[in-house]
Amino acid sequence: MKRTEREKEFSQRMISRRALLLGGVQLGVAGSLMWRLRDMQLNQAEQFHLLAEENRINLRLLPPTRGLIFDRKGVLIAGNEQNYRVVMKRDDAGDIDLVLSRLAQLIRLSDDDIERARRDMLRNRPFVPVTVAERLSWEEISRVASNAPALPGVTPEMGLSRYYPLYEDMAHVVGYVGPVSERDLEALEAPDPVLLIPRFQIGKSGVERMQEDQLRGRAGSQRVEVNAVGRVMRELDRVEGTPGGNLHLTIDAKLQNYAIERLHGLSAAAVVLDATNGDILALASGPSFDPNLFVRGISSTAFRGLLDNDFRPLVNKTVQGLYPPGSTFKMVTALAALEAGVTDGQERVFCPGHMDVSGNRFHCWKRGGHGRVGLVSALSESCDVYMYEMAQRCGIDKINEMSTRLGLGIRYELPITSVSAGLNPTREWKQRNRNSDWRIGDTVNASIGQGFVLASPLQLAVMTARLATNKAILPRLLRDPIDRAERESASLDLRPEWLRLIRRGMVETVNDRRGTAYSSRVVADGQLMAGKTGTSQVFSITRAEREAGIRRQEDLPWNRRNHALFVDFAPYDDPRIAVAIVVEHGGGGSSAAAPVGRDITLAALNGGVPPLSAYPSPQRNRIRAEQLDLEERLRTPEALRVSRA
Amino acid sequence: MSYLEYNTKRMPAGLAKVLYLNWPLVALLIAVACYGFIMLYSVAGGSAQPWAEPQMKRFAAGLVIMFFIAFVPLWFWRSVAGLAYGLTILLLLGVEFFGSVGMGAKRWLEIGPMRLQPSELAKITTIMALAAYYDLLDLKKVSRPLWVALAAVIALVPAALVLRQPDLGTALLIALGGGVVIFAAGVHWGYFAALIAAGVGVVTTVLQSRGTEWQILKDYQYRRIDAFMDPTLDPLGAGYHINQSMIALGSGGWSGRGFMEGTQARLNFLPEKHTDFIFTTLAEEFGFVGASSLLLLYMLVMGVCLLSAFNTTNRFGALVTLGITGTFFLYFAVNMAMVMGLAPVVGVPLPLVSYGGSAMIVLMVGFGLVQSAHIHRARLPS
Repeated sequence: MKRTEREKEFSQRMISRRALLLGGVQLGVAGSLMWRLRDMQLNQAEQFHLLAEENRINLRLLPPTRGLIFDRKGVLIAGNEQNYRVVMKRDDAGDIDLVLSRLAQLIRLSDDDIERARRDMLRNRPFVPVTVAERLSWEEISRVASNAPALPGVTPEMGLSRYYPLYEDMAHVVGYVGPVSERDLEALEAPDPVLLIPRFQIGKSGVERMQEDQLRGRAGSQRVEVNAVGRVMRELDRVEGTPGGNLHLTIDAKLQNYAIERLHGLSAAAVVLDATNGDILALASGPSFDPNLFVRGISSTAFRGLLDNDFRPLVNKTVQGLYPPGSTFKMVTALAALEAGVTDGQERVFCPGHMDVSGNRFHCWKRGGHGRVGLVSALSESCDVYMYEMAQRCGIDKINEMSTRLGLGIRYELPITSVSAGLNPTREWKQRNRNSDWRIGDTVNASIGQGFVLASPLQLAVMTARLATNKAILPRLLRDPIDRAERESASLDLRPEWLRLIRRGMVETVNDRRGTAYSSRVVADGQLMAGKTGTSQVFSITRAEREAGIRRQEDLPWNRRNHALFVDFAPYDDPRIAVAIVVEHGGGGSSAAAPVGRDITLAALNGGVPPLSAYPSPQRNRIRAEQLDLEERLRTPEALRVSRA
Repeated sequence: MSYLEYNTKRMPAGLAKVLYLNWPLVALLIAVACYGFIMLYSVAGGSAQPWAEPQMKRFAAGLVIMFFIAFVPLWFWRSVAGLAYGLTILLLLGVEFFGSVGMGAKRWLEIGPMRLQPSELAKITTIMALAAYYDLLDLKKVSRPLWVALAAVIALVPAALVLRQPDLGTALLIALGGGVVIFAAGVHWGYFAALIAAGVGVVTTVLQSRGTEWQILKDYQYRRIDAFMDPTLDPLGAGYHINQSMIALGSGGWSGRGFMEGTQARLNFLPEKHTDFIFTTLAEEFGFVGASSLLLLYMLVMGVCLLSAFNTTNRFGALVTLGITGTFFLYFAVNMAMVMGLAPVVGVPLPLVSYGGSAMIVLMVGFGLVQSAHIHRARLPS
């Protein structure tokens, strides 16, 4: 429309004024934007920079490689194997149920596995990777890798995991590893951060647990740059960890394997020591279990099976099992009497089959009695009455002293779990624990290894080694080349002529026609064996049972039968091996334990299955049959190959 | 007789118009666009694809469009303003009924092979329509309620249609751009005071409507408001974008982390780093120096345009210039405030820098009008 000059003037002035106002407002807004920019970029730059660095940099621990465990010759007992596994992160997965169900179509996953993975993921923070499946085959892992787009948050990984190539042979010695539990962490004051890596494994029992510090090594660390979804873009720097140290045990894997298989079908323990220095050559507890099951996570039914087994596979009977030593204790009583000077060793005692002590009748195992017996025949024929007499003469204190001197009632420092101290009962012990005075009857019972006396198979083997060498032998499991020379065992300072008598009694036990272990004698040159049987009563046959016609052990239910024991050393002239055998509820020492002891001793001396020529000729056919059966179960030389460089 | 001489008496014609172009404005626009090319090259990881090169081509096309519009006499634009506005309203209604849906909103019209975003068009045509309206309106009637109401209707109809798509950011820009023209035309300040009071009332109402049957905004828009109020409330959800943006921006410091060294952008912590959050990337990589220099460039653009508006005797030209620059200002102010955590995330691009075709073309069309007003500022033949 047409406007007058005045109107135009007015319009222009108005617009200029308003434009100035608008410009002012805009300048103000821009100024405050500038102020904000300055505040954030100059005043708070450091905080924001820190936040940005936190965003992009992740610190990751690199788990160290666990040290290996070898036997005395270099056979691998515990190793690490490549392990393909699948890990999953909750925040990347989105719908974890969907992803898990897809995964289950590609790899074998039980419902338990899926449930556990779900639980772990929901319990952990969303970006913590959780292991869904382990020990996958190459085919499975490649299926997962090639289906990656359909499996958000899932990554295939490779790691090392523990395995035990000798399976049940070493379960009780090396134990096993398992994931760190809350309890493990609570027990530590300042836990190694590596323990917080999900499913990091630490020693749970045996050498694995006791030598954890040496085996674990030190974790390395890695700083990586990650993008917004947590994918690693590049490594910024890396500090390598130190792998754990290797261990060498004194165990001879081949002998251990033989011992385990010789105990097959029995609930039993066998200990073989190098009598000269205390090296534990075999520590077999049967039945055993496969430690690999525990590493992988044992199923509850399998675990229940192990717990409910009457033969108690989870118990290490060699060090944890305590048994009344029975007649194997008689060397202690006899030696105590000799050292105390209450007998000269030549004296004979009349055994009518029983002895009355302060109104109680104590029987000899031989109802008819042994007649007149000296110290040697009291051992070889295992006369109880002789020991009753000697024990009353020297008293419990002397017996106790000798027992300790021979290594009973002591907890040995060994890198295995649950080593028991056994029990050397004293007057004070009874007062404290039973709240009653020591009675002469207790001494009489103790003299034949019954009553309160308790010992582990390992202790009995140590006792035997000490008797064989007159040295204060201590058992050891770790082969340490450095202190090998220094570790010369101190002398026990027992009078050699007394020890000769005891050993005489032991060699006649096995080799004299009247000896209790005569049927287990060895006829090979230079492998003469000296031993002692023992039969320890667990339950007395009750009067009701006696009236029901039960007279013999075989008639009793298994778990009420006597324990069978046998200790021996060999060769007699130059002892190198000391052995202790306990067959739980085996019935009698001479029938159930002595043959086992003989075979294992021979295997230790011969470095493998004993030659038939070592056995008396009438027994050879039977022995051969037994050996054939056993050889089928033994590990192949391939499995026991030396792998240490 | 040169383009530096503002009070021209003579209307340039033909090729002489080139001399009368607002060349400082052209130089400033090119400088601003260059910031965009550099940053798009950087966020693509050091590559002209997929963003920097198409952006350059589009900017070149934009320049051509700007020159074309600039050389067309301003009165032509004034005469077609009403027509353009009417067409825009029809197109917006078309979107309402036939529009194609993308990212939860109806924004595009598909006409043959062309994809048209009428809401972008509305930013310009609303300003043109209001400027023409006030050019025609008797100066005495400017502040009369009926005529103010008519102007308000012109501004609010397209804004309301855009809001229904829903596109809160563009709707706000259209309404505020219209408001700038109405204000500049000399409407009594009392209306604006009343409007601000009413605005406070509307905001309260919008917030109150949440969770009821007549909920005005979409849920995601409410969540953005929440995140704006307190970004730390949900650092992995609604507040994530603003949080990450502020971290990136602040960590730039004085001189930045260096070209293509911005960790937040490179590692994808920043969302939409090539569009709405490109200013953050600039601030991260070039620090306060880079970010504040871009802000200064924008202010210079504003200054040059305001100067041009002061010096024109043509009411339509002055109002269009003020409306376009006002919209331009709102673009970068809202975007910067957003990435600095001062405003909610409403999806307003950084003008001429953010990657995106329609916004850039529309702005160049707008600056074409500004240039046309500048060239034809001496007098209008009746």
